[in-house]
Amino acid sequence: MGEERIVEIKTEELLKIAEEFKNKGYTYFSFMTAVDEKEKFSLCYRLSSLENKNSITIKVKIPRDNPVIDSLTSLWAGANWQEREVYDLFGIIFEGHPDLRRILLPEYWEGHPLRKDYQDERITKRPDFY
Amino acid sequence: MDIELPNNIILTKLEPFFRWALSHSIYMFPFGTACCGMELIAVNAARYDLMRFGVIPRSTPRQADLMTVAGTITEKMAPLVKRLYEQMATPKYVIAIGSCAISGGPYHYDTYSVVKGVDKIIQVDVYIPGCPPRPEAIIHGFMELQEKVRKGK
Ligand code: SF4
Repeated sequence: MGEERIVEIKTEELLKIAEEFKNKGYTYFSFMTAVDEKEKFSLCYRLSSLENKNSITIKVKIPRDNPVIDSLTSLWAGANWQEREVYDLFGIIFEGHPDLRRILLPEYWEGHPLRKDYQDERITKRPDFY
Repeated sequence: MDIELPNNIILTKLEPFFRWALSHSIYMFPFGTACCGMELIAVNAARYDLMRFGVIPRSTPRQADLMTVAGTITEKMAPLVKRLYEQMATPKYVIAIGSCAISGGPYHYDTYSVVKGVDKIIQVDVYIPGCPPRPEAIIHGFMELQEKVRKGK
């Protein structure tokens, strides 16, 4: 509740800052996701505090040509599948993840479809009606 | 023949009789993957009661005559649909319920993961359009299938 709080941090600090927030009472890992911003990917982590009934968002920007970031599975086991999903759809590598495989798409899939530059000949383009 | 038969005896050929019997005891393998699957459940429930048409759900393809594909089929699901279809004994029929199973429906354009129609992988006998089709439409589809079974494929 209250105003929306977003913390923007650097890539290297993620593990440290996430741990600090965890010790401050933000013990609940709500979700994480990624956004393709053309030259960078931004990752959003949503942490909630069940005692204080509030949440924060941690934002990290990582470069497109080297999409590697620390995994948060050491802090929250629930981050496991969320990070696998982001890996599956965006191709972001989580270092320290115990089992980084595709989770939604079949194993044989090539490419990461939620990237803006993803190409696939099976996609039918929507005709321009308007 | 000029023998007078009592009127509780009907003469017919074996083949049409078999088809007539099958058309009124279709064992259905209900394969529902998305919202249309819910509609298929509604058709089977008390209000619409598909069982009065002789359609009995079986939860294994090996005992089924009919497979109903109700819902979105993704690329990952496609091999499983094909395998389940191949496990059914002949004669076997397929009904595609909803736009997704017919053509990919709302996911036809700009999607990477949806099969654009289940007839790309298995052959389909009756198509029931709608997103989702009303239970009445689904019942109509089943009656069309019964007609098709009676006439022979
Ligand atoms: S056709 Fe419509 S209702 Fe049916 S599964 Fe597809 S999206 Fe859902």
